Amino acid sequence: MNPPIVEFEHFSFVLEGHMLLSDISLSIDPGEFVSIIGPNGAGKTTLLKCLERIHHTSHTGIRIAGKSLAAYSQRELARVVSYVPQADGVLPLFTVAEFIMMGRYPYLSPCTPPGKHDKAVVAEVLELTGTAQFSRRHLATLSGGERQRVFIAAALAQEARILLLDEPDVFLDPCHQSEIHGLLSRINRERGVTVLLITHDINLAALISGRILALKKGSLVYWGDPEGLMQEDVLFDIYGKPFVFVKHPSIGKNVVVTDAPC
Amino acid sequence: MLNSRYKKRFLLGLTILAIVVAVGAPFTGMQFISLRSVLDPVSAGTDYDIFWRIRVPRVCISFLAGAGLAISGMAYQAMFRNLLATPYTLGVASGASLGAACYVHLGFMFSLLGIPGISVFAFCGAVLAVAFVYGITMLRGKRLASSTLLLAGVAISFFFSSLILFIQYLSTFAHSFQIVRWLMGAISVVGFEPVRQLTPFVLCGSLVILYLRHELNLLMAGEDLSTSRGVNVNRTRQFTFFATSLMVGGVVAVCGPIGFMGMMAPHICRLIIGADHRYLAPATLLFGGVFLTVCDTIARTIIAPAEMPVGIITALLGGPFFIWLLVGRSSDKWGMA
Repeated sequence: MNPPIVEFEHFSFVLEGHMLLSDISLSIDPGEFVSIIGPNGAGKTTLLKCLERIHHTSHTGIRIAGKSLAAYSQRELARVVSYVPQADGVLPLFTVAEFIMMGRYPYLSPCTPPGKHDKAVVAEVLELTGTAQFSRRHLATLSGGERQRVFIAAALAQEARILLLDEPDVFLDPCHQSEIHGLLSRINRERGVTVLLITHDINLAALISGRILALKKGSLVYWGDPEGLMQEDVLFDIYGKPFVFVKHPSIGKNVVVTDAPC
Repeated sequence: MLNSRYKKRFLLGLTILAIVVAVGAPFTGMQFISLRSVLDPVSAGTDYDIFWRIRVPRVCISFLAGAGLAISGMAYQAMFRNLLATPYTLGVASGASLGAACYVHLGFMFSLLGIPGISVFAFCGAVLAVAFVYGITMLRGKRLASSTLLLAGVAISFFFSSLILFIQYLSTFAHSFQIVRWLMGAISVVGFEPVRQLTPFVLCGSLVILYLRHELNLLMAGEDLSTSRGVNVNRTRQFTFFATSLMVGGVVAVCGPIGFMGMMAPHICRLIIGADHRYLAPATLLFGGVFLTVCDTIARTIIAPAEMPVGIITALLGGPFFIWLLVGRSSDKWGMA
Protein backbone atom coordinates (compact mmCIF):
# COMPACT_ATOMS: atom_id res chain seq x y z
CA MET A 1 0.00 0.00 0.00
CA ASN A 2 1.24 3.48 -0.93
CA PRO A 3 2.11 5.84 1.93
CA PRO A 4 -0.24 8.84 2.38
CA ILE A 5 0.43 11.82 0.11
CA VAL A 6 -0.95 14.38 2.59
CA GLU A 7 -0.83 13.96 6.37
CA PHE A 8 -2.04 16.31 9.09
CA GLU A 9 -0.91 15.39 12.58
CA HIS A 10 -2.50 17.47 15.34
CA PHE A 11 -2.15 20.50 13.09
CA SER A 12 -3.34 23.86 14.44
CA PHE A 13 -3.03 27.31 12.90
CA VAL A 14 -3.26 30.64 14.69
CA LEU A 15 -3.44 33.97 12.83
CA GLU A 16 -3.21 37.29 14.72
CA GLY A 17 -4.30 35.61 17.93
CA HIS A 18 -7.27 33.75 16.39
CA MET A 19 -7.27 29.95 16.28
CA LEU A 20 -8.35 29.29 12.68
CA LEU A 21 -7.60 25.56 12.60
CA SER A 22 -7.50 23.34 15.62
CA ASP A 23 -5.98 19.91 16.07
CA ILE A 24 -6.55 18.52 12.57
CA SER A 25 -5.38 14.93 12.11
CA LEU A 26 -6.01 12.94 8.94
CA SER A 27 -4.19 11.35 6.04
CA ILE A 28 -5.05 11.31 2.32
CA ASP A 29 -3.91 8.56 -0.04
CA PRO A 30 -2.40 9.19 -3.46
CA GLY A 31 -5.02 9.49 -6.21
CA GLU A 32 -7.91 10.23 -3.84
CA PHE A 33 -10.64 12.74 -4.65
CA VAL A 34 -11.45 14.62 -1.44
CA SER A 35 -14.10 17.31 -1.07
CA ILE A 36 -13.86 19.83 1.74
CA ILE A 37 -17.19 21.17 2.99
CA GLY A 38 -18.39 23.27 5.88
CA PRO A 39 -20.12 26.54 6.66
CA ASN A 40 -18.55 29.90 5.80
CA GLY A 41 -15.62 30.72 8.07
CA ALA A 42 -15.04 27.05 8.93
CA GLY A 43 -11.38 27.21 7.83
CA LYS A 44 -11.61 25.44 4.46
CA THR A 45 -9.59 28.00 2.48
CA THR A 46 -7.18 28.40 5.41
CA LEU A 47 -6.50 24.66 5.33
CA LEU A 48 -5.60 24.75 1.62
CA LYS A 49 -3.51 27.91 2.07
CA CYS A 50 -1.56 26.21 4.86
CA LEU A 51 -0.91 23.27 2.54
CA GLU A 52 0.39 25.65 -0.13
CA ARG A 53 2.35 27.67 2.46
CA ILE A 54 0.49 30.81 1.42
CA HIS A 55 -0.15 31.28 5.13
CA HIS A 56 3.07 31.70 7.03
CA THR A 57 3.44 29.40 9.98
CA SER A 58 5.95 26.85 11.23
CA HIS A 59 3.99 24.18 9.31
CA THR A 60 4.92 21.46 11.74
CA GLY A 61 2.27 18.79 11.69
CA ILE A 62 1.88 18.67 7.89
CA ARG A 63 3.67 16.13 5.71
CA ILE A 64 3.47 16.08 1.91
CA ALA A 65 4.62 12.95 0.07
CA GLY A 66 6.34 11.69 3.20
CA LYS A 67 8.31 14.89 3.81
CA SER A 68 7.63 17.64 6.32
CA LEU A 69 6.09 20.71 4.63
CA ALA A 70 8.66 22.93 6.35
CA ALA A 71 11.46 21.05 4.55
CA TYR A 72 10.26 22.08 1.07
CA SER A 73 11.46 25.19 -0.72
CA GLN A 74 8.54 27.09 -2.33
CA ARG A 75 9.70 25.96 -5.78
CA GLU A 76 9.99 22.30 -4.72
CA LEU A 77 6.55 22.47 -3.17
CA ALA A 78 5.08 23.85 -6.41
CA ARG A 79 6.29 20.73 -8.19
CA VAL A 80 4.20 18.58 -5.83
CA VAL A 81 1.18 20.77 -5.02
CA SER A 82 -0.71 23.10 -7.36
CA TYR A 83 -3.53 25.44 -6.44
CA VAL A 84 -6.49 27.09 -8.13
CA PRO A 85 -7.46 30.00 -5.87
CA GLN A 86 -10.86 31.60 -5.53
CA ALA A 87 -11.49 34.09 -8.33
CA ASP A 88 -10.59 37.54 -6.97
CA GLY A 89 -12.00 39.45 -9.93
CA VAL A 90 -8.64 40.95 -10.98
CA LEU A 91 -7.31 39.26 -14.10
CA PRO A 92 -3.68 39.45 -15.10
CA LEU A 93 -3.07 41.03 -18.52
CA PHE A 94 -1.95 37.86 -20.25
CA THR A 95 -3.10 35.63 -23.05
CA VAL A 96 -4.27 32.11 -22.19
CA ALA A 97 -1.08 30.52 -23.55
CA GLU A 98 1.17 32.97 -21.67
CA PHE A 99 -0.73 32.39 -18.45
CA ILE A 100 -0.59 28.60 -18.73
CA MET A 101 3.13 28.73 -19.51
CA MET A 102 3.57 30.56 -16.19
CA GLY A 103 2.54 27.28 -14.57
CA ARG A 104 5.93 25.96 -15.68
CA TYR A 105 7.71 28.42 -13.37
CA PRO A 106 8.91 25.76 -10.87
CA TYR A 107 10.86 24.11 -13.68
CA LEU A 108 12.18 27.20 -15.48
CA SER A 109 15.63 28.67 -15.06
CA PRO A 110 15.84 32.49 -14.92
CA CYS A 111 18.35 32.57 -17.77
CA THR A 112 16.88 30.12 -20.28
CA PRO A 113 13.59 30.29 -22.19
CA PRO A 114 10.97 27.51 -21.85
CA GLY A 115 12.23 24.32 -23.51
CA LYS A 116 10.56 21.68 -25.70
CA HIS A 117 9.21 19.74 -22.73
CA ASP A 118 7.63 22.88 -21.25
CA LYS A 119 5.92 23.66 -24.55
CA ALA A 120 4.75 20.04 -24.88
CA VAL A 121 3.24 20.09 -21.38
CA VAL A 122 1.41 23.36 -22.13
CA ALA A 123 0.07 21.93 -25.41
CA GLU A 124 -1.09 18.79 -23.59
CA VAL A 125 -2.99 20.66 -20.84
CA LEU A 126 -4.52 23.02 -23.41
CA GLU A 127 -5.87 19.94 -25.16
CA LEU A 128 -6.98 18.18 -21.97
CA THR A 129 -8.90 21.18 -20.66
CA GLY A 130 -10.39 22.14 -24.03
CA THR A 131 -8.72 25.55 -23.95
CA ALA A 132 -6.56 25.17 -27.05
CA GLN A 133 -9.07 26.91 -29.33
CA PHE A 134 -8.78 30.19 -27.40
CA SER A 135 -5.13 29.96 -26.36
CA ARG A 136 -4.30 33.24 -28.13
CA ARG A 137 -7.04 35.27 -26.49
CA HIS A 138 -6.59 37.45 -23.44
CA LEU A 139 -7.98 36.25 -20.11
CA ALA A 140 -10.22 39.32 -19.89
CA THR A 141 -12.11 38.29 -23.03
CA LEU A 142 -13.11 34.82 -21.75
CA SER A 143 -16.38 33.73 -20.18
CA GLY A 144 -16.42 32.58 -16.54
CA GLY A 145 -16.39 28.89 -17.49
CA GLU A 146 -13.56 29.31 -19.99
CA ARG A 147 -11.56 31.25 -17.41
CA GLN A 148 -11.92 28.54 -14.79
CA ARG A 149 -10.73 25.92 -17.27
CA VAL A 150 -7.71 28.10 -18.03
CA PHE A 151 -6.88 28.42 -14.31
CA ILE A 152 -7.14 24.64 -13.94
CA ALA A 153 -4.96 24.17 -17.04
CA ALA A 154 -2.32 26.50 -15.57
CA ALA A 155 -2.31 24.49 -12.34
CA LEU A 156 -2.00 21.25 -14.32
CA ALA A 157 0.98 22.67 -16.20
CA GLN A 158 2.84 22.43 -12.89
CA GLU A 159 2.71 18.62 -13.26
CA ALA A 160 2.00 18.38 -9.55
CA ARG A 161 0.66 15.22 -7.90
CA ILE A 162 -1.79 17.16 -5.73
CA LEU A 163 -4.34 19.66 -7.05
CA LEU A 164 -6.06 22.01 -4.60
CA LEU A 165 -9.13 23.91 -5.78
CA ASP A 166 -11.00 26.61 -3.90
CA GLU A 167 -14.58 26.73 -5.17
CA PRO A 168 -13.70 26.54 -8.86
CA ASP A 169 -17.40 26.39 -9.81
CA VAL A 170 -18.50 29.54 -8.01
CA PHE A 171 -20.39 32.05 -10.22
CA LEU A 172 -20.89 29.42 -12.95
CA ASP A 173 -24.20 28.26 -14.37
CA PRO A 174 -25.18 24.58 -13.84
CA CYS A 175 -23.98 23.60 -17.31
CA HIS A 176 -20.51 25.09 -16.83
CA GLN A 177 -20.37 23.73 -13.29
CA SER A 178 -20.94 20.22 -14.56
CA GLU A 179 -18.28 20.79 -17.25
CA ILE A 180 -15.73 21.72 -14.55
CA HIS A 181 -16.72 18.75 -12.35
CA GLY A 182 -16.37 16.37 -15.31
CA LEU A 183 -12.93 17.79 -16.03
CA LEU A 184 -11.81 17.35 -12.42
CA SER A 185 -13.06 13.75 -12.34
CA ARG A 186 -11.16 13.01 -15.54
CA ILE A 187 -7.96 14.56 -14.21
CA ASN A 188 -8.27 12.47 -11.04
CA ARG A 189 -9.14 9.24 -12.85
CA GLU A 190 -6.88 9.41 -15.88
CA ARG A 191 -3.82 11.20 -14.49
CA GLY A 192 -3.98 9.88 -10.93
CA VAL A 193 -3.81 13.43 -9.51
CA THR A 194 -4.94 13.71 -5.88
CA VAL A 195 -7.70 16.34 -5.80
CA LEU A 196 -8.76 18.40 -2.79
CA LEU A 197 -11.82 20.43 -3.72
CA ILE A 198 -13.55 23.05 -1.58
CA THR A 199 -17.25 23.21 -2.37
CA HIS A 200 -20.50 24.33 -0.81
CA ASP A 201 -22.44 21.79 -2.86
CA ILE A 202 -23.04 18.84 -0.53
CA ASN A 203 -24.62 16.73 -3.29
CA LEU A 204 -21.70 17.29 -5.60
CA ALA A 205 -19.27 16.39 -2.82
CA ALA A 206 -21.19 13.18 -2.14
CA LEU A 207 -21.36 12.19 -5.81
CA ILE A 208 -17.88 13.09 -6.98
CA SER A 209 -15.60 12.34 -4.01
CA GLY A 210 -14.06 9.23 -2.54
CA ARG A 211 -13.91 10.85 0.89
CA ILE A 212 -15.25 14.04 2.41
CA LEU A 213 -13.70 16.31 4.97
CA ALA A 214 -16.01 18.60 6.91
CA LEU A 215 -14.83 21.52 9.01
CA LYS A 216 -16.70 23.65 11.50
CA LYS A 217 -15.14 26.58 13.37
CA GLY A 218 -11.67 25.30 12.50
CA SER A 219 -12.23 21.76 13.79
CA LEU A 220 -12.59 18.54 11.88
CA VAL A 221 -16.17 17.34 12.35
CA TYR A 222 -16.39 14.67 9.67
CA TRP A 223 -13.80 12.66 7.75
CA GLY A 224 -15.08 9.66 5.85
CA ASP A 225 -17.03 8.34 2.88
CA PRO A 226 -20.00 10.11 1.25
CA GLU A 227 -22.55 7.60 2.54
CA GLY A 228 -21.61 8.37 6.12
CA LEU A 229 -21.97 12.10 5.48
CA MET A 230 -25.48 11.89 4.04
CA GLN A 231 -27.08 11.34 7.44
CA GLU A 232 -29.42 13.80 9.09
CA ASP A 233 -27.49 14.04 12.36
CA VAL A 234 -24.10 14.36 10.67
CA LEU A 235 -25.20 17.24 8.43
CA PHE A 236 -27.01 18.86 11.36
CA ASP A 237 -23.74 18.69 13.32
CA ILE A 238 -21.89 20.45 10.50
CA TYR A 239 -24.40 23.12 9.48
CA GLY A 240 -26.65 23.37 12.54
CA LYS A 241 -29.69 23.06 10.29
CA PRO A 242 -31.95 20.16 9.23
CA PHE A 243 -31.86 18.90 5.62
CA VAL A 244 -34.43 16.89 3.69
CA PHE A 245 -33.16 13.72 1.97
CA VAL A 246 -34.58 12.54 -1.35
CA LYS A 247 -33.60 9.67 -3.60
CA HIS A 248 -31.91 10.73 -6.83
CA PRO A 249 -34.18 9.32 -9.56
CA SER A 250 -31.43 8.15 -11.90
CA ILE A 251 -28.53 7.11 -9.67
CA GLY A 252 -30.57 5.97 -6.67
CA LYS A 253 -28.37 7.73 -4.09
CA ASN A 254 -29.50 10.06 -1.31
CA VAL A 255 -29.28 13.78 -2.12
CA VAL A 256 -30.21 16.68 0.12
CA VAL A 257 -32.40 19.71 -0.31
CA THR A 258 -32.78 22.54 2.15
CA ASP A 259 -35.88 22.39 4.29
CA ALA A 260 -36.76 26.06 4.55
CA PRO A 261 -35.01 29.40 4.15
CA CYS A 262 -32.19 29.80 6.69
CA MET B 1 -2.21 37.63 -29.83
CA LEU B 2 1.22 38.91 -30.68
CA ASN B 3 3.42 35.94 -31.41
CA SER B 4 6.91 35.62 -30.06
CA ARG B 5 8.44 36.21 -33.50
CA TYR B 6 6.73 39.62 -33.69
CA LYS B 7 7.92 40.45 -30.18
CA LYS B 8 11.50 39.47 -30.98
CA ARG B 9 11.39 41.58 -34.15
CA PHE B 10 10.03 44.52 -32.19
CA LEU B 11 12.86 44.16 -29.68
CA LEU B 12 15.42 44.01 -32.48
CA GLY B 13 13.90 47.11 -34.08
CA LEU B 14 13.94 48.92 -30.75
CA THR B 15 17.60 47.98 -30.21
CA ILE B 16 18.53 49.39 -33.64
CA LEU B 17 16.52 52.54 -32.90
CA ALA B 18 18.28 52.90 -29.54
CA ILE B 19 21.69 52.71 -31.25
CA VAL B 20 20.64 55.22 -33.92
CA VAL B 21 19.26 57.66 -31.32
CA ALA B 22 22.24 57.28 -28.97
CA VAL B 23 24.71 57.85 -31.79
CA GLY B 24 22.73 60.58 -33.57
CA ALA B 25 21.56 62.67 -30.60
CA PRO B 26 24.98 64.17 -29.66
CA PHE B 27 25.36 65.60 -33.16
CA THR B 28 22.01 67.39 -32.85
CA GLY B 29 21.42 70.53 -30.84
CA MET B 30 21.44 74.29 -31.12
CA GLN B 31 24.12 73.74 -33.74
CA PHE B 32 24.70 70.58 -35.76
CA ILE B 33 28.19 69.19 -35.23
CA SER B 34 29.87 67.47 -38.15
CA LEU B 35 31.53 64.06 -37.91
CA ARG B 36 34.89 65.57 -38.85
CA SER B 37 34.77 68.01 -35.94
CA VAL B 38 34.38 65.28 -33.33
CA LEU B 39 37.33 63.31 -34.63
CA ASP B 40 39.80 66.13 -34.98
CA PRO B 41 40.29 68.25 -31.84
CA VAL B 42 42.75 70.62 -33.48
CA SER B 43 40.66 71.96 -36.36
CA ALA B 44 37.23 71.62 -34.67
CA GLY B 45 37.90 74.01 -31.78
CA THR B 46 34.96 74.32 -29.34
CA ASP B 47 32.77 71.84 -31.28
CA TYR B 48 35.04 69.03 -30.15
CA ASP B 49 34.63 69.99 -26.50
CA ILE B 50 30.88 70.60 -26.83
CA PHE B 51 30.48 67.16 -28.37
CA TRP B 52 32.65 65.11 -26.00
CA ARG B 53 32.34 67.03 -22.74
CA ILE B 54 28.68 68.16 -22.88
CA ARG B 55 26.54 66.39 -25.45
CA VAL B 56 27.82 62.79 -25.23
CA PRO B 57 27.67 62.67 -21.40
CA ARG B 58 24.24 64.27 -21.54
CA VAL B 59 22.93 61.67 -23.99
CA CYS B 60 24.40 58.92 -21.81
CA ILE B 61 22.67 60.33 -18.73
CA SER B 62 19.36 60.76 -20.61
CA PHE B 63 19.47 57.19 -21.81
CA LEU B 64 20.39 55.78 -18.41
CA ALA B 65 17.81 57.88 -16.57
CA GLY B 66 15.03 57.10 -19.05
CA ALA B 67 15.81 53.39 -19.00
CA GLY B 68 16.05 53.30 -15.19
CA LEU B 69 12.84 55.23 -14.55
CA ALA B 70 10.88 53.24 -17.12
CA ILE B 71 11.91 49.78 -15.91
CA SER B 72 11.37 50.83 -12.27
CA GLY B 73 7.84 51.96 -13.09
CA MET B 74 7.20 48.65 -14.82
CA ALA B 75 8.47 46.70 -11.80
CA TYR B 76 6.31 48.67 -9.36
CA GLN B 77 3.23 48.25 -11.56
CA ALA B 78 3.75 44.47 -11.47
CA MET B 79 4.63 44.35 -7.78
CA PHE B 80 1.53 46.31 -6.71
CA ARG B 81 -0.74 44.94 -9.47
CA ASN B 82 -1.56 48.58 -10.06
CA LEU B 83 -1.10 50.21 -13.45
CA LEU B 84 -1.01 53.67 -11.85
CA ALA B 85 2.14 52.91 -9.86
CA THR B 86 5.20 55.00 -10.76
CA PRO B 87 8.85 54.89 -9.67
CA TYR B 88 7.92 57.69 -7.27
CA THR B 89 5.01 55.85 -5.63
CA LEU B 90 7.12 54.80 -2.65
CA GLY B 91 8.31 58.30 -1.85
CA VAL B 92 11.80 58.08 -3.38
CA ALA B 93 11.35 61.28 -5.40
CA SER B 94 9.92 63.17 -2.43
CA GLY B 95 12.86 62.05 -0.30
CA ALA B 96 15.34 63.14 -2.96
CA SER B 97 13.52 66.44 -3.46
CA LEU B 98 13.54 67.10 0.29
CA GLY B 99 17.29 66.45 0.33
CA ALA B 100 17.80 68.88 -2.56
CA ALA B 101 15.51 71.49 -0.96
CA CYS B 102 17.51 71.27 2.31
CA TYR B 103 20.75 71.73 0.40
CA VAL B 104 19.47 74.83 -1.39
CA HIS B 105 17.82 76.32 1.71
CA LEU B 106 20.92 75.86 3.88
CA GLY B 107 22.99 77.60 1.21
CA PHE B 108 25.60 74.87 0.92
CA MET B 109 28.04 74.91 -1.98
CA PHE B 110 30.29 71.89 -2.06
CA SER B 111 31.04 68.71 -3.96
CA LEU B 112 32.04 65.33 -2.60
CA LEU B 113 34.48 63.25 -4.61
CA GLY B 114 33.46 65.19 -7.70
CA ILE B 115 29.73 64.71 -7.04
CA PRO B 116 27.75 67.96 -6.71
CA GLY B 117 26.50 68.56 -3.18
CA ILE B 118 22.86 68.80 -4.31
CA SER B 119 23.07 65.28 -5.77
CA VAL B 120 24.63 63.97 -2.54
CA PHE B 121 21.81 65.50 -0.49
CA ALA B 122 19.16 64.26 -2.95
CA PHE B 123 20.50 60.72 -2.82
CA CYS B 124 20.63 60.79 0.99
CA GLY B 125 17.00 61.99 1.00
CA ALA B 126 16.01 59.13 -1.32
CA VAL B 127 17.75 56.58 0.92
CA LEU B 128 16.04 58.09 3.96
CA ALA B 129 12.62 57.72 2.30
CA VAL B 130 13.38 54.10 1.35
CA ALA B 131 14.51 53.33 4.91
CA PHE B 132 11.35 54.91 6.38
CA VAL B 133 9.00 53.07 4.02
CA TYR B 134 10.76 49.74 4.58
CA GLY B 135 10.91 50.26 8.35
CA ILE B 136 7.22 51.16 8.64
CA THR B 137 6.20 48.15 6.54
CA MET B 138 8.31 45.75 8.59
CA LEU B 139 6.93 47.20 11.83
CA ARG B 140 3.47 46.03 10.76
CA GLY B 141 4.64 42.45 10.22
CA LYS B 142 7.66 40.44 9.21
CA ARG B 143 6.56 40.34 5.59
CA LEU B 144 6.74 43.05 2.94
CA ALA B 145 2.96 43.24 2.39
CA SER B 146 2.22 45.21 -0.76
CA SER B 147 -0.75 47.13 0.65
CA THR B 148 1.26 48.32 3.70
CA LEU B 149 4.24 49.14 1.49
CA LEU B 150 2.05 51.19 -0.83
CA LEU B 151 0.33 53.07 2.00
CA ALA B 152 3.64 53.72 3.78
CA GLY B 153 5.09 55.03 0.49
CA VAL B 154 2.17 57.36 -0.13
CA ALA B 155 2.23 58.61 3.49
CA ILE B 156 5.98 59.31 3.39
CA SER B 157 5.58 60.95 0.00
CA PHE B 158 2.92 63.35 1.29
CA PHE B 159 4.86 64.03 4.49
CA PHE B 160 8.07 64.86 2.65
CA SER B 161 6.18 66.96 0.08
CA SER B 162 4.74 69.03 2.94
CA LEU B 163 8.23 69.50 4.38
CA ILE B 164 9.42 70.71 0.96
CA LEU B 165 6.59 73.27 0.86
CA PHE B 166 7.51 74.34 4.39
CA ILE B 167 11.16 74.81 3.39
CA GLN B 168 10.09 76.77 0.29
CA TYR B 169 7.88 78.96 2.47
CA LEU B 170 10.82 79.77 4.71
CA SER B 171 13.27 80.29 1.83
CA THR B 172 14.25 83.45 0.01
CA PHE B 173 12.76 84.08 -3.43
CA ALA B 174 15.98 83.00 -5.16
CA HIS B 175 16.25 79.77 -3.16
CA SER B 176 12.57 79.03 -3.68
CA PHE B 177 12.96 79.44 -7.45
CA GLN B 178 16.05 77.22 -7.38
CA ILE B 179 14.06 74.50 -5.58
CA VAL B 180 11.14 74.75 -8.03
CA ARG B 181 13.55 74.58 -10.97
CA TRP B 182 15.17 71.45 -9.51
CA LEU B 183 11.76 69.85 -8.99
CA MET B 184 11.01 70.25 -12.71
CA GLY B 185 13.88 67.90 -13.51
CA ALA B 186 16.73 68.71 -15.84
CA ILE B 187 19.61 66.88 -17.42
CA SER B 188 22.55 69.27 -17.39
CA VAL B 189 25.88 67.58 -16.88
CA VAL B 190 29.44 68.31 -17.85
CA GLY B 191 31.98 65.53 -18.29
CA PHE B 192 31.68 61.82 -17.72
CA GLU B 193 31.79 61.84 -13.91
CA PRO B 194 27.95 61.80 -13.48
CA VAL B 195 27.74 59.01 -16.07
CA ARG B 196 30.27 56.99 -14.10
CA GLN B 197 28.26 57.58 -10.92
CA LEU B 198 24.87 56.69 -12.37
CA THR B 199 25.83 53.66 -14.46
CA PRO B 200 26.27 51.15 -11.59
CA PHE B 201 22.85 52.06 -10.13
CA VAL B 202 20.97 51.66 -13.41
CA LEU B 203 22.97 48.64 -14.54
CA CYS B 204 22.59 46.69 -11.28
CA GLY B 205 18.94 47.68 -10.81
CA SER B 206 18.01 46.76 -14.38
CA LEU B 207 19.80 43.43 -14.19
CA VAL B 208 17.89 42.54 -11.02
CA ILE B 209 14.57 43.40 -12.68
CA LEU B 210 15.45 41.50 -15.87
CA TYR B 211 16.44 38.50 -13.73
CA LEU B 212 13.07 38.65 -11.94
CA ARG B 213 10.95 38.84 -15.12
CA HIS B 214 9.23 35.45 -14.54
CA GLU B 215 8.46 36.41 -10.93
CA LEU B 216 7.03 39.77 -12.01
CA ASN B 217 4.72 37.95 -14.44
CA LEU B 218 3.41 35.86 -11.59
CA LEU B 219 3.10 38.77 -9.16
CA MET B 220 0.77 40.37 -11.72
CA ALA B 221 -1.45 37.30 -11.26
CA GLY B 222 -1.72 37.80 -7.50
CA GLU B 223 0.13 36.83 -4.34
CA ASP B 224 -1.66 33.53 -3.70
CA LEU B 225 -1.23 32.34 -7.24
CA SER B 226 2.44 33.30 -7.44
CA THR B 227 3.18 31.59 -4.12
CA SER B 228 1.46 28.44 -5.35
CA ARG B 229 3.58 28.53 -8.52
CA GLY B 230 6.71 28.50 -6.39
CA VAL B 231 7.63 32.19 -6.14
CA ASN B 232 9.14 33.39 -2.88
CA VAL B 233 6.97 36.51 -2.87
CA ASN B 234 8.59 38.23 0.09
CA ARG B 235 12.12 37.85 -1.27
CA THR B 236 11.04 38.95 -4.76
CA ARG B 237 9.43 42.08 -3.29
CA GLN B 238 12.54 42.87 -1.24
CA PHE B 239 14.84 42.55 -4.26
CA THR B 240 12.50 44.61 -6.45
CA PHE B 241 12.02 47.25 -3.76
CA PHE B 242 15.71 47.82 -3.07
CA ALA B 243 16.89 47.50 -6.69
CA THR B 244 14.34 49.98 -8.02
CA SER B 245 14.52 52.37 -5.07
CA LEU B 246 18.29 52.75 -5.29
CA MET B 247 18.12 53.03 -9.08
CA VAL B 248 15.44 55.75 -8.90
CA GLY B 249 17.31 57.45 -6.04
CA GLY B 250 20.45 57.59 -8.22
CA VAL B 251 18.55 58.95 -11.22
CA VAL B 252 16.63 61.59 -9.25
CA ALA B 253 19.82 62.72 -7.50
CA VAL B 254 21.42 63.49 -10.87
CA CYS B 255 18.43 64.63 -12.96
CA GLY B 256 15.71 65.65 -10.52
CA PRO B 257 12.25 64.06 -10.53
CA ILE B 258 11.47 63.76 -14.22
CA GLY B 259 7.75 63.06 -14.39
CA PHE B 260 5.67 60.90 -16.72
CA MET B 261 8.42 58.53 -17.91
CA GLY B 262 8.08 55.89 -15.22
CA MET B 263 4.36 55.45 -15.58
CA MET B 264 3.78 55.91 -19.28
CA ALA B 265 6.80 54.20 -20.85
CA PRO B 266 5.81 50.74 -19.52
CA HIS B 267 2.20 51.35 -20.59
CA ILE B 268 3.20 52.33 -24.09
CA CYS B 269 5.37 49.19 -24.40
CA ARG B 270 2.63 47.03 -22.88
CA LEU B 271 0.21 48.30 -25.51
CA ILE B 272 2.62 47.45 -28.30
CA ILE B 273 4.24 44.22 -27.12
CA GLY B 274 1.90 42.79 -24.45
CA ALA B 275 2.23 42.20 -20.71
CA ASP B 276 4.70 39.30 -20.67
CA HIS B 277 7.72 40.64 -18.76
CA ARG B 278 10.11 38.38 -20.66
CA TYR B 279 9.64 40.81 -23.56
CA LEU B 280 8.17 43.80 -21.77
CA ALA B 281 11.17 44.36 -19.45
CA PRO B 282 13.84 44.74 -22.18
CA ALA B 283 11.40 46.69 -24.37
CA THR B 284 10.61 49.13 -21.54
CA LEU B 285 14.29 49.54 -20.73
CA LEU B 286 15.16 50.42 -24.35
CA PHE B 287 12.06 52.52 -24.98
CA GLY B 288 12.59 54.53 -21.79
CA GLY B 289 16.17 55.29 -22.83
CA VAL B 290 15.23 56.25 -26.38
CA PHE B 291 12.22 58.33 -25.32
CA LEU B 292 14.04 60.43 -22.73
CA THR B 293 17.02 60.94 -25.04
CA VAL B 294 14.72 62.21 -27.80
CA CYS B 295 12.82 64.42 -25.33
CA ASP B 296 16.04 65.87 -23.96
CA THR B 297 17.33 66.58 -27.47
CA ILE B 298 14.11 68.47 -28.19
CA ALA B 299 14.29 70.24 -24.80
CA ARG B 300 17.75 71.64 -25.50
CA THR B 301 16.95 72.55 -29.13
CA ILE B 302 13.41 73.87 -29.35
CA ILE B 303 13.93 77.26 -27.66
CA ALA B 304 17.73 77.42 -28.03
CA PRO B 305 19.85 78.98 -26.70
CA ALA B 306 17.55 78.58 -23.68
CA GLU B 307 16.53 75.12 -22.47
CA MET B 308 13.16 73.71 -21.45
CA PRO B 309 12.88 71.38 -18.46
CA VAL B 310 12.79 67.91 -20.01
CA GLY B 311 9.85 66.83 -17.81
CA ILE B 312 7.61 69.23 -19.76
CA ILE B 313 8.59 67.66 -23.08
CA THR B 314 8.15 64.07 -21.83
CA ALA B 315 4.57 64.82 -20.80
CA LEU B 316 3.78 66.94 -23.86
CA LEU B 317 4.99 64.28 -26.29
CA GLY B 318 4.16 61.14 -24.37
CA GLY B 319 0.64 62.10 -23.33
CA PRO B 320 -0.87 62.48 -26.83
CA PHE B 321 1.15 59.49 -28.11
CA PHE B 322 -0.24 57.34 -25.32
CA ILE B 323 -3.81 58.53 -25.97
CA TRP B 324 -3.38 57.79 -29.68
CA LEU B 325 -2.27 54.26 -28.84
CA LEU B 326 -5.06 53.84 -26.30
CA VAL B 327 -7.93 54.82 -28.61
CA GLY B 328 -6.38 53.58 -31.82
CA ARG B 329 -6.47 49.86 -31.11
CA SER B 330 -9.03 47.54 -29.54
CA SER B 331 -8.42 47.03 -25.85
CA ASP B 332 -8.62 43.22 -25.91
CA LYS B 333 -5.57 43.10 -28.17
CA TRP B 334 -3.58 44.60 -25.36
CA GLY B 335 -5.20 42.67 -22.56
CA MET B 336 -6.48 45.86 -21.03
CA ALA B 337 -10.18 45.16 -21.38
